Amino acid sequence: MRHLRPLSVTLTALAMSLGLLLGAGAQAEELVKYQIVGGESIDKSLTGQPGDPVNGRKLAINRKLGNCLACHVLPIPEQAFHGNVGPDLSEAGGNLSEGEIRLRVVDSKVLNPDTIMPAFYRNDGFERVMKKFQGKTMLSAQQVEDVVAYIMTLKGN
Amino acid sequence: MRWRPIAVVLGFGLFIGAYGAVLAQGDGKMAKYFVGDLRTGYTFATPETQAIQDDDFANPAFLWVDYAVELWEDPSGDAGKACSDCHGAAEDTMKGVGARYPVYNAELGKPINLEQRINKCRVDNMQAKAWKYESRELLGMTAYVKSQSRGMPVQVQIDGPMAPFYEKGKAFYFQRRGQLDMACANCHEGNAGNMIRANLLSQGQSNGFPLYRLKWQKLGSLHRRFRGCNKQVRAAPYGYGSDEYVNLELFVANRGMGLPVETPGVRM
Ligand code: HEC
Ligand code: HEC
Ligand code: HEC
Repeated sequence: MRHLRPLSVTLTALAMSLGLLLGAGAQAEELVKYQIVGGESIDKSLTGQPGDPVNGRKLAINRKLGNCLACHVLPIPEQAFHGNVGPDLSEAGGNLSEGEIRLRVVDSKVLNPDTIMPAFYRNDGFERVMKKFQGKTMLSAQQVEDVVAYIMTLKGN
Repeated sequence: MRWRPIAVVLGFGLFIGAYGAVLAQGDGKMAKYFVGDLRTGYTFATPETQAIQDDDFANPAFLWVDYAVELWEDPSGDAGKACSDCHGAAEDTMKGVGARYPVYNAELGKPINLEQRINKCRVDNMQAKAWKYESRELLGMTAYVKSQSRGMPVQVQIDGPMAPFYEKGKAFYFQRRGQLDMACANCHEGNAGNMIRANLLSQGQSNGFPLYRLKWQKLGSLHRRFRGCNKQVRAAPYGYGSDEYVNLELFVANRGMGLPVETPGVRM
């Protein structure tokens, strides 16, 4: 079941500081508001800060956080197992814009309701979530930015 | 006690050869594990894991089954009866039974699985206490009874009084759940044959249960597997023997209709 997203609300200083606070691992309830442009991309950073690609790479490996490796091949040779449920992302940073990547990480189902890819920045509309994950997002707003920054570095050779 | 080279087998090539097994479709000894588009978890296992299942002496699940062979003959409960007093030799009377479970139970007005049927005999016919889910007794007896159907096709009833329960099981199967928001179908229909990190996804068939998982180091029930598959998408699992899981078990069994019973299977 899809619900309305606050499309046109701009980032306020309040939402920002709240988002940063929640990203620190507190009880996540209120999400940073974001705008989907043309149904295809989230152009602005969720936190107003640039992402850290080095941390983003770590998150892509971490089984409890991004775990992008579960489904995607990435140029991370020190990890033995890369899934192939989704496409190879080795050149995704060259093929997609930053905003397009951000929307896919935040909530891929906006683009493809049937996808298996989880929404990494959504915390409601789910069925029977385990108690300790209720009301929480998979990644904090800043972690989303870090992952996006990492994917943006992937331009193939 | 027979000697079982568990440790040897465990250390040996857990991941090696997964891909080769997938390709070996339909050839020789593998053929019986493919039925139309259906294929059992065995066909996704490594040759090393398959070899353990192929050999009853190497298959650690038989530690549980052997125990159940003893229990079958042991009087237990206030009625002083053993399974064998009423059912004779399991090889004769239990042949084909496990292949058609879950079945409709008129008294309860709902389907029951094999574990529940065995416990009904314990309680109603033996005046003994029900065995707990995942106990050595219930796992062993379920595997023993179901293994009497080895090689026989899975065939469950889904019409008549079973229809509404089948529909519930089906709805469960396609319902996304958990923080990862995935349905059983996302992994086992759309992606069978794909790797999810180090795991090769199978069709999620139930014909080998209860089965021995190297990861568990133990025999485990189908409901244990359901709970694990729920938890890995961060969804709250249902209880062992819950109506939800029995309905799901019915749907999953029918989805694998015609596959040969493999119990006790061996998986990674
Ligand atoms: C459970 C599997 C799964 C996980 C985990 C997953 N993805 Fe995906 N992803 C997919 C699939 C499948 C697609 C293909 C598009 C679709 O299904 O809509 C995809 C598509 C994408 C795309 C678009 C690629 C293109 O070329 O169009 C990007 C970018 C992406 N994922 C990034 C990520 C990142 C970053 C992570 C980790 C934070 C991640 N994915 C985790 C399954 C997954
Ligand atoms: C006192 C007699 C008695 C004892 C002891 C007994 N059962 Fe039964 N069992 C029955 C009867 C009678 C039925 C058929 C019940 C029915 O159809 O409602 C049955 C049915 C079953 C079935 C289902 C068969 C089918 O065709 O679906 C299984 C499996 C079973 N028993 C296993 C066991 C096991 C295992 C034990 C020992 C732990 C056991 N029983 C002990 C009387 C007994
Ligand atoms: C995130 C992906 C995922 C989801 C969703 C999922 N499973 Fe699984 N399942 C697995 C993995 C991985 C395994 C172990 C490898 C294999 O057999 O596929 C597995 C194994 C199984 C098996 C054992 C198959 C065998 O032969 O040993 C069954 C049965 C099963 N799943 C049923 C289900 C059911 C029912 C659901 C829905 C409640 C479900 N799964 C949801 C990933 C998933």
